[in-house]
Amino acid sequence: MLLLNCPYCGIDADETELEAGGEAHITRHGAGASDDDFETYMFMRKNPKGVHFERWRHAYGCGKWFHAARCTMTLEVFGTYSAQTLEPPKTLINKIKKKRPNWEGFVK
Amino acid sequence: MSNAVSALNGASFKGSVAIKDVGLQGMITLRGDFKSAVLAKAVKAATGTAVPETGQILHSTKGSAAWMSPDELLLLVDYTNVDAVIAKLDKALSGEHALVVNVSDARALFEIKGVATRDIIAKGSPADMNKDALPVGMIRRSRLGQLPVAFWMDDEKTARMVCFRSVGEHVFTWLKNASKKGNLPKYHT
Repeated sequence: MLLLNCPYCGIDADETELEAGGEAHITRHGAGASDDDFETYMFMRKNPKGVHFERWRHAYGCGKWFHAARCTMTLEVFGTYSAQTLEPPKTLINKIKKKRPNWEGFVK
Repeated sequence: MSNAVSALNGASFKGSVAIKDVGLQGMITLRGDFKSAVLAKAVKAATGTAVPETGQILHSTKGSAAWMSPDELLLLVDYTNVDAVIAKLDKALSGEHALVVNVSDARALFEIKGVATRDIIAKGSPADMNKDALPVGMIRRSRLGQLPVAFWMDDEKTARMVCFRSVGEHVFTWLKNASKKGNLPKYHT
């Protein structure tokens, strides 16, 4: 069972209270973008074995979107953070680096 | 004027806990900026309470204010008084980026009473029903079975639960079923 701490209400919500929102920190390309950019935005998703940044919504709780960093292999949750950001907080990245020395770092 | 009734029209059931439809309750959804002094003043005038902190529900003789999300409050006031309170809120918040809606007839409110109250809710909700996790004075939005609900403890034996009116009957039946005698999980008793 996946437990994520909602940064807005501070509750440890289990996955049945949440809604998965897919990969986080995707750059949106809309009308006027090149075909390549639009294809990347629309279809190309990372599928790492290890550290992954995701969007989640506390659907049955406060209803807010937030971000989570977790490991796709061990299901370890490294942390959650606000949705009002374009990249993960430095402290979280450092924490992950400590736990996963071979991790290549956050790539947008 | 039609005759206003609550979702289950005051129905009640006695099993391992007593469940009842509380009846008509004035409920107002208020969205806005919690840091605003104007909003704090308007809430004070409406319910007699301060703006609740994260996860809190505050009571006064005039009403209650519950924290629903970082920008949403649920105000509980007297049913007959709702329109007057909303008119006042609208006036007080006229220059603010805020929203006030009467949801009294769009919600159902239940009371669950008995020593096993925490057990009954724990049967259908992933919420931590431990005394430390949900003490009196805190509200929890979660789910019961597959339905979104919000609940809080009025005292150690009494909980109140709000859900959408359209699923009120389902929630009532669910609670009745859960409180059939002899099938308590006894997590909290």
